[in-house]
Amino acid sequence: MTTERMVRYVAPDNASTPVINLKAVTKEYIKPTGEIHTVLQDINLQIGKGEFCSIVGPSGCGKSTTLNLIAGFEAPTAGKIQIGGTLLQGINPSAACVFQTDNTFPWKTVIDNVSLGLRLHGMKKSEAYEQARHWIERVGLKGFENHYPSRLSGGMRKRVALAQCLIMQPEILLMDESFSALDVHTRSVMENELLSIWEETSASVVFITHDLEEAIALSDRVIVMTAGPAATIKGDYRIDLERPRNVAEIRFDPEFLKLHQQIWNDLRDEVMTSYAQLH
Amino acid sequence: MHSSTNVSQTQIEMTARKNALRSQAIRNRLRTLVLQILVFALIVGSWQLLSSRHWIDPFFFSSPVDIVKHIETWVVDGTSAGPLYEHFVVTFEETVISFIIGTILGVVMGYLLGRNKLLSDIFGPYITMLNALPRVVLAPIFIVWFGLGMPSKVALGVTLTFFIVFFNAFQGVREVDRNLVNNALLLGANQRQLARHVIIPSALTWILSSLHTSFGFALTGAVVGEFIGATKGLGFLISEAQGSFDTTGVFAGMVLLSITSLLADWLVTRLERRFVVWRSTAK
Ligand SMILES: Nc1ncnc2c1ncn2[C@@H]1O[C@H](COP(=O)(O)OP(=O)(O)OP(=O)(O)O)[C@@H](O)[C@H]1O
Ligand SMILES: [Mg+2]
Repeated sequence: MTTERMVRYVAPDNASTPVINLKAVTKEYIKPTGEIHTVLQDINLQIGKGEFCSIVGPSGCGKSTTLNLIAGFEAPTAGKIQIGGTLLQGINPSAACVFQTDNTFPWKTVIDNVSLGLRLHGMKKSEAYEQARHWIERVGLKGFENHYPSRLSGGMRKRVALAQCLIMQPEILLMDESFSALDVHTRSVMENELLSIWEETSASVVFITHDLEEAIALSDRVIVMTAGPAATIKGDYRIDLERPRNVAEIRFDPEFLKLHQQIWNDLRDEVMTSYAQLH
Repeated sequence: MHSSTNVSQTQIEMTARKNALRSQAIRNRLRTLVLQILVFALIVGSWQLLSSRHWIDPFFFSSPVDIVKHIETWVVDGTSAGPLYEHFVVTFEETVISFIIGTILGVVMGYLLGRNKLLSDIFGPYITMLNALPRVVLAPIFIVWFGLGMPSKVALGVTLTFFIVFFNAFQGVREVDRNLVNNALLLGANQRQLARHVIIPSALTWILSSLHTSFGFALTGAVVGEFIGATKGLGFLISEAQGSFDTTGVFAGMVLLSITSLLADWLVTRLERRFVVWRSTAK
């Protein structure tokens, strides 16, 4: 019996097992009126190791909900989520997340913020601080170790948030409109830095944004979602632009413009639908 | 050379402007202080005048000079029921103990109910009901239960402070940013770490701001308890004075009480500063 099982057992092929695998995922909420509100309907999505994948879609379609499901903050109503081949239950241990609003802890200094993840896993303070210093320098905040977040600018706080996630060397980096609150210049600087750090790691990134240009400039792949309710995946585009990229310049690349045109055609209808629902 | 004189000139200008701003600030502060003293002198002075001219009856209204003298006698010769500091210490002790117990209970219960929906659903209505009860009516029952000594006063003080701290802690725990909680969980926090690194620091602003009020209530609890039945304490002194129609004694007790609460308020402010460094450095 043992041998039989051994024979039938096929080792998972790491290259083909997706890091994130959403299988027929549906998410529903009960409205205060008692009706069921279907946010996501039958989502199938596989994201590979080291892939940079953006999700765009009209406001309120369920992008953040998708991210919450992958992070394990909430469980799907139907379907299942596999992370690296195993069923996700509870909090996703291999993910880190940069939220749209601040995710720095205002009562902790920069270095305490960045080293928090390591400290929570029981690392000694001196060791955690040493690694934290490295990452603080990596995101360009050297000299601000002992500042509280309230004394930093919005862009600097985003860097702290990024370092806080990256120090954990997560397999999955989740970003929910992380840069949308930044001004245009800070934003493109941060985008370039994100890319250069990501290129050194093998993390898979799920990047949610309202901004199609940002999505194309950064990603290997752009997913377009339909307008809610019962949102699902409408389009899945591969972005084969050359790397390393400069996000500020790539926007003028003819290839970029072609892709933008193509995806925007898809997205526009959904935005219109979503807009019509509001009025 | 020309440019260097320019630089030094602008520097001189800058220091001059800085000095002007600074002296302006000092002048503003001085003005406030002078006005405050004036108001005090006006009120106390007219009270003294009205009383010494017998425009108001000194028997009912006493006078500032008499009150000061009365306090002096208490300090120097002691009260009819022992030295003053004993009464002072008793009241202060009762206040501090009930403040500490009330605060700890309030924070723990607030945390538990704030984090646990089932608990808050079960206990919520009862807590609201208890809080609606005027606590002073509990004083006689506590005296029956715990006697004339300190425990009955502490019990009363605790029932007063508990609810204030509880509601603030509860609200503070509820208001914790969802994203911060999620972020900590994702970074690997367990429930205990979550409490320590996220929920308590975040709720601390709420809790600390409630401490000013709750210290005042702890003092009220102690004094009201002493009023109704005690053998020591500032409240007891006041009630004794009142019993022998000694208006000056009542006022003297009141002055001592307000000094105590001012002192307490100052201490709580110090405590607050210490705990929320991260906020005070922001401004
Ligand atoms: N906890 C919840 N209970 C009930 N409904 C919810 C809950 N969370 C989200 N929703 C609903 O799910 C839908 C999708 O929300 P979600 O935040 O995922 O949208 P989004 O695509 O991220 O929007 P945006 O681009 O504006 O951030 C919304 O209609 C929202 O009302
Ligand atoms: Mg969202």
